Amino acid sequence: MNRYPLWKYVTVALALLFGLVYTLPNFFGESPAVQVSSAKATLKVDDRTRERVASALQTAGIENSGIFLDSNGVKVRLLTTDTQLQAKDLLEKQFNPDHDNPQYVVALNLLSSSPRWLTSLHALPMYLGLDLRGGVHFLLQVDMKGALTKRLDAISGDLRSLLRDKTIRHAGITREGERVLIRFRDNETRNKARIVLEDNQSDLLLADQGEGDDLKLVATLKPEAIKRIQEFAIKQNMTTLHNRINELGVAEPVIAQQGADRIVVQLPGVQDTAKAKDILGRTATLEIRMVDDTPGAVEAAQAGQAPFGTELYIERGAMPLLVKKQVVLTGDRLTDAQPGFDNQTQEPAVHLTLDSAGARIFKDITRDNVGKRMAIVLVEKGKGEVVTAPVIRAEIGGGRVQISGRMSSMEANDTALLLRAGSLAAPMEIIEERTIGPSLGAENIRKGFQSTMWGFAAIAVFMIAYYSLFGLVSVIALAANLLFLVALLSLLQATLTLPGIAAIALALGMAIDANVLINERIREELRNGSTPQAAIHTGYERAFGTILDSNITTLIAGIALLIFGSGPVRGFAVVHCLGILTSLFSAVVVSRALINLIYGRRRKVESLAIGQVWKPGNAGNAAAT
Amino acid sequence: MEFFRIRKDIPFMRHALVFNVISLLTFLLAVFFLFSRGLHLSVEFTGGTLIELNYAQAANLEKVRDGLAKAGYTDLAVQNFGSSRDVLIRLPLKAEQNTAKIGESVMQALAAEAPGATLRRVEFVGPQVGRELAENGALALLLVVVGIVLYLAFRFEWRFSVSAIIANLHDVIIILGFFAFFQWEFSLSVLAAVLAVLGYSVNESVVVFDRVRETFRKARGLTTPQVLDHAITSTISRTIITHGSTQMMVLSMLLFGGETLYYFALALTIGICFGIYSSVLVASPLVMWLGVSREQFIRPKKQVEGANADGAVV
Repeated sequence: MNRYPLWKYVTVALALLFGLVYTLPNFFGESPAVQVSSAKATLKVDDRTRERVASALQTAGIENSGIFLDSNGVKVRLLTTDTQLQAKDLLEKQFNPDHDNPQYVVALNLLSSSPRWLTSLHALPMYLGLDLRGGVHFLLQVDMKGALTKRLDAISGDLRSLLRDKTIRHAGITREGERVLIRFRDNETRNKARIVLEDNQSDLLLADQGEGDDLKLVATLKPEAIKRIQEFAIKQNMTTLHNRINELGVAEPVIAQQGADRIVVQLPGVQDTAKAKDILGRTATLEIRMVDDTPGAVEAAQAGQAPFGTELYIERGAMPLLVKKQVVLTGDRLTDAQPGFDNQTQEPAVHLTLDSAGARIFKDITRDNVGKRMAIVLVEKGKGEVVTAPVIRAEIGGGRVQISGRMSSMEANDTALLLRAGSLAAPMEIIEERTIGPSLGAENIRKGFQSTMWGFAAIAVFMIAYYSLFGLVSVIALAANLLFLVALLSLLQATLTLPGIAAIALALGMAIDANVLINERIREELRNGSTPQAAIHTGYERAFGTILDSNITTLIAGIALLIFGSGPVRGFAVVHCLGILTSLFSAVVVSRALINLIYGRRRKVESLAIGQVWKPGNAGNAAAT
Repeated sequence: MEFFRIRKDIPFMRHALVFNVISLLTFLLAVFFLFSRGLHLSVEFTGGTLIELNYAQAANLEKVRDGLAKAGYTDLAVQNFGSSRDVLIRLPLKAEQNTAKIGESVMQALAAEAPGATLRRVEFVGPQVGRELAENGALALLLVVVGIVLYLAFRFEWRFSVSAIIANLHDVIIILGFFAFFQWEFSLSVLAAVLAVLGYSVNESVVVFDRVRETFRKARGLTTPQVLDHAITSTISRTIITHGSTQMMVLSMLLFGGETLYYFALALTIGICFGIYSSVLVASPLVMWLGVSREQFIRPKKQVEGANADGAVV
């Protein structure tokens, strides 16, 4: 009765093998590496970059143990930290010849030194949280109210010009809080206006107010429009943050949305919080200016004599370009930029949407400058970059602008991104900040590891002393539990924090409960006179219900923590929940499999090695060892 | 080895009233301290800035305080953190202060009076985060309580679930009472420990209740207190050994885990010790007062599994 069918043994063996394989990468440690990634949205890191890195290192004679290309960029694994620094300097020089205008991010990094076959199985070491590896953590609150007021201000402008175009006389348009008020003198005009607005402004909810000759139309944003604006704002802010953080040269930054209106930024390895904050909080602006195409002017400017009122820029694609200093339109007037296709030619294009004031200005400029070029300049840190410089083909009214021609769809995508990324959609504020020094991180790992190790050792000694062979089996099951837990954490790449390590230790301390329950139950059965085989059988059977119940109550607590916890508590909760699940398997199935292997095959079992079983009947020692 | 050589069931229930009075007193004491002293909440809840510094030699806290006072910082707390070389500075939340530069300005202020420090950690928490954390903590507690009550009511009986949750909430209050009395720092990880303990010690009640149910089904002719005594006695050895093992792990964290895990482990220690007491000696009498009886388990005629265990063949 204490035999498992073969498939159960195979399952246990496979699970153990799986645990072993996925735990393995954690033992290889990490080796120094240098990472090259793109600093610009328009620049892709691909196989060519990899070859460039390889040849640069080869010519300089810097040995490496592998060059990899992944979604983050090109990574070079190096043998020592000395060569790591050398390689970084070399690559920095190679890839960013112009120090002021970096094209690539060259950063120091650490790569797992586990063999390639493990990496190809997606077996990676556990992902360490900032409190274990050191770095900076920011929680940014996006001011959604700000995003909405900004949008409503733009809408009031739109309404003004819309009503003027339709020659509907109103007595003033004002924004009050989150509503736009349009005043009218008589009811008829108001009704006319309502029809026009309903046709043209689908985002608005209109309501009548006031009486006599002070009639009002109150416009508020529809809930779905608010949702869309907020989602757009947070996405745009994240894109902008991405672009800015690239400059910091962080190997693996984390930029993630948290809740409806928060963004988490984690910069592992960064210690200079001041610089990080400076970069996060910076504002960029987008400017539209005219291009000076006077023959000979560019050459003069290259010689150092730019004509008065112009500046020399290098367009993407390395063409020199002379741009007038006068700004005709700023990015504030741009409400959206999306990649798409030209309706007629099906060429890739970027579609811009301007607000009403912007549309009017744009109409005037394009009318006066047909055939000339305009430059869209992104100004950041007082330094401009020409994103694109299209030729004006015809007068453009209505605020819908399309830039097309000589563009791949990839480029259209990138240009739209750059145009959008120019500014933050809504102001942000840092509401939480954590900096952890690297030495503290290493110390945390050591402390967490030590407490788990000593706790485990103490439990192991006690269990074996108290339950002898069954104790040993329990300890093996507990070790298997640890193995599964670490393997799962590695596989899921869940962030391991110090509270997470504490949760591992606690999971082990709690998991032993299941084995104690089983062992006590078996002893009890023996005490009540069951045969050894029957005692094992009923012991496991009876204990299982109890184990399940008690684990589920613990799991309820874990899940509550997972739902409501944030930051360190979440790290704790993830490990806690996983630990409960793995302990169910290891304590019940793995230990049973071992016991079955030991006792199940014997025809006649005289006694079980479960330590001394004391029976009240004979006060002496009825040891069953 | 066999620690527990118990010949007869220990008559726990005879002293049920005594146990309940003791726990009522501890509970009231804990509530009293919670209200009179309050919890010493960490920066995570109150908002503010926390700076950890490390000196090469033992740090002179007086000089650190002086340096900061000269730089215009008020209301601050300076203390050793773990060792005499590590210093923890706590600054309250101030509206006008530029949080972006606080780390550096503190370092600058210290450069004159107490030089040689390296910045180990800076934590800044804004006011809105703290309030939210406190709310979320309360919600998590509520979810745990509701979840456990429902689960136990479904698996056992409402009497069990009510007494289990009362017994274990009483543990939670006692842990909080300890933190209030000694003014230990109550941080997020302590909150996690408290909730983990709640789940864990309910676990304990479940084991006892499981036995109660089994005994009710198996042994006829026993009074309710006798059944409870039997259930507690036959699980007591497992209770002590399990908690002892868990406590070994927690003790190891307390000793080797450093300052960060210290209060976490401390909360667990108190929780485990009181968990044994409350789930055995508080929950069981409560079940009795609530009037649990044999009929509640027999009524549904699903005796198939029980019948075999009885060995009763008709």
